[in-house]
Amino acid sequence: MSYLDILTIGPELILVLFCLVSLLVGSFYDSIKTSGFIFLLTIGILILIAILIYISPYKTIPAFGGAFIRDAFATYFQITILISVVALLVLSKDYLIKYDLLKFEYPILIAFATLGMLVVVSSENLLVLYLGIEIQSLSLYVIAAFRRDNVRSTEAGLKYFVLGSLSSGLMLFGASLIYGSTGSIEFKEIFIAISSDGFLLGIMAGLVFLISGLAFKASAVPFHMWTPDVYEGSPTPVTGFFATAPKVAAIAILLRVLFDCFGSAVESWQQVIIVLSFCSMFLGSIAAIGQKNIKRLMAFSSIGHVGFALIGVACATEEGVAAVLIYMVLYVIMNIGVFAFILNMEREGVAVTSIESLSLYSEVSQGQAFFLTILLFSLAGIPPLVGFFGKFYIFSAAINSGLIWLAVSGGIASVVAAFYYLRIVYLMYFGAKKELLTGNMPFTHWLLLIVTATLMLVGTINLFGLEGPARVAAVSLLN
Amino acid sequence: MQASEMAFYFFSVVIVISAMLVVISRNPVHSVLWLIATFFGSSGLFILLGAEFLALILMIVYVGAVAVLFMFVVMMLNINFDQLRSGFTRYLPVGLLIGLILFVELSLVFSHWIPANSYDSKIQDSTIGDVENTKQLGLVLYTDFILYFQLAGIILLIAMIGAIVLTHQRKRNVKRQDILTQIYRDPEKAIELKDIKPGQGL
Amino acid sequence: MRARRNCNSDLTGEGELSDLAGSYLPILIFFGLAIVIGLTFLLAAFVIAVRNPDSEKVSAYECGFNAFDDARMKFDIRFYLVAILFIIFDLEVAFLFPWAISFGSIGFFGYCSMMVFLLILTIGFIYEWKKGALEWD
Repeated sequence: MSYLDILTIGPELILVLFCLVSLLVGSFYDSIKTSGFIFLLTIGILILIAILIYISPYKTIPAFGGAFIRDAFATYFQITILISVVALLVLSKDYLIKYDLLKFEYPILIAFATLGMLVVVSSENLLVLYLGIEIQSLSLYVIAAFRRDNVRSTEAGLKYFVLGSLSSGLMLFGASLIYGSTGSIEFKEIFIAISSDGFLLGIMAGLVFLISGLAFKASAVPFHMWTPDVYEGSPTPVTGFFATAPKVAAIAILLRVLFDCFGSAVESWQQVIIVLSFCSMFLGSIAAIGQKNIKRLMAFSSIGHVGFALIGVACATEEGVAAVLIYMVLYVIMNIGVFAFILNMEREGVAVTSIESLSLYSEVSQGQAFFLTILLFSLAGIPPLVGFFGKFYIFSAAINSGLIWLAVSGGIASVVAAFYYLRIVYLMYFGAKKELLTGNMPFTHWLLLIVTATLMLVGTINLFGLEGPARVAAVSLLN
Repeated sequence: MQASEMAFYFFSVVIVISAMLVVISRNPVHSVLWLIATFFGSSGLFILLGAEFLALILMIVYVGAVAVLFMFVVMMLNINFDQLRSGFTRYLPVGLLIGLILFVELSLVFSHWIPANSYDSKIQDSTIGDVENTKQLGLVLYTDFILYFQLAGIILLIAMIGAIVLTHQRKRNVKRQDILTQIYRDPEKAIELKDIKPGQGL
Repeated sequence: MRARRNCNSDLTGEGELSDLAGSYLPILIFFGLAIVIGLTFLLAAFVIAVRNPDSEKVSAYECGFNAFDDARMKFDIRFYLVAILFIIFDLEVAFLFPWAISFGSIGFFGYCSMMVFLLILTIGFIYEWKKGALEWD
């Protein structure tokens, strides 16, 4: 280890130090006041780290003997992850106060989960990948069960834990098979071994296990079973958190492993990704139709979106990867907006999550209904909103790389998916007369809802200039 | 048959049989005991491979600690195991099918196992002369592999926080001993004399 | 070196035999003795002991009256907390062994590396202590 290694990993180091210090502070002065203070400080530190990562000059130099790299790809995803974590933290404060959950462990665990995601995105070796995933998952299991007096929440935590550790086991087994055939855990070395000796049977088996494990984390069908239950049971801000940052991280690792490790054997994993993508899109679209709970609906929606993103992965081209990068950012923005709304669905002070209860919401708050409609249209991919462009890039990348039928089935799936998004809009404007929701919303939530919805409109001009960085990141991954 | 080969088959048979008994034994406590037997067998295999440190850590951590924890969990959950078992025959075909597929896959992989050409040169790097296994680990784990080592420490810390957040409840209305206040207590100030006039309360 | 040779999936070889048997002979003898003694007592009780069963003799005895219900009952979650905290520190100690053995060769950097690791877990320990997780009530 050298001086340069420390500088490269600096932002993560700051995060760890912050976590340790705030854990100490929290244990000596345990009160609501310190919890709130640590909460705000976490938001500040995460923003600071995002800035540090953005301006960090120590890029493309692998640190720790090639185990850790912060290239343009990692930077892109790390900043996306940090922004989504900050947004979700801002959203969750009111909920936590209301349900008496504002303990200082909450922001610390979120910060640790973020640390895991940051590490995992810039891992260049199977062991760092595994350790990063474990740091992330272990914190998330606890967060899912954070409302420990609530049966649903503990059930969510337990299910997430059991299935998550199963997937970690699969991944570890795959990694050991790969190590057994190539004699190395470094992505670069594995890449070289595959290019020189061909795609050995052991590597193939390892790859399949590895992809299964990662698909669990990204909740791609057929490894999605935990998603609806965990999303439904977890406290709502945690659900919002699950739907954004970890999902982005999972897609990022998948890209990292497939291209850095197995980039020279595209044809061997392309079919697997195509199957995952196809199943996810259709299951996400069709199963969501019958849902009555909006958190479950968002779970299936996220499964569907992962399916769309995987089309871009399956392309295995620079264009495809750039499309995935753009898609994930748009997906995160839309989800932040929608969850800002879902967090405030309540009737007489009691949180409500049934979709039915949204009927005639336009009478409660014209503004909220309008902005939510924009976000839902965008999620459905209806032009001219930004969500459409996300899908457009993905489909055009698929067509250019010869996966025309996958693009077509993606189109069909998005039409099916549009149905359930539009059903919510229909309910809000023309639903049956029922007991209305309260419709109060704290200022920050309002702000985030308006900002995200406006972005959906404004972004159509130039996609917030996202194309350039995405292209640079894709190039850095593929070379 | 050589002794090490015999030992390999002995440990393998122990592992397979006891792993099966973990699944099929009626009493969950017996399942845990069979699990311990499985750990013992695996640790024997590690010793045959020359990985003494891993073998002994497996004993200390899994047999000594994890198995005890499993026992706690089995005891703690007051589950009706007969009811839980009622699905056994129903899920058996599916489970067997999945097991069979995995078995065929893995036996295909291992029967055609060819390591890459670079495999030998890389693996040899890690063995330095006649240094024993545990020392070899120590030589790289804390210096070359410091990143992994510290990340592992963070994982342990998160596990600690998680366990406390999820299970610890501080009971109210319980009198606790506070040693510091006891020590700081001044005998001069402990008793206070009050002059109470007749017919008046305090 | 032994690790290397066995990785090549040839578990045979004369040197191997004497090596393995030699280094683990005491423990093998120990295991053998343990099994023999354990079995002897079990079998002896089976063979020699006088058995005269009776329904009252073999039923569970609970302070004079009939057993209320299943002997298995729910444990308090606090046992679990203690056990899991034990495992964590157990693992921490496991990391100390290779460190202690190679201490002379890894230098000041290796020393600092372990101290950082211990610091992280000590902070966890302070957290535990202040939270009262180590107190019984």
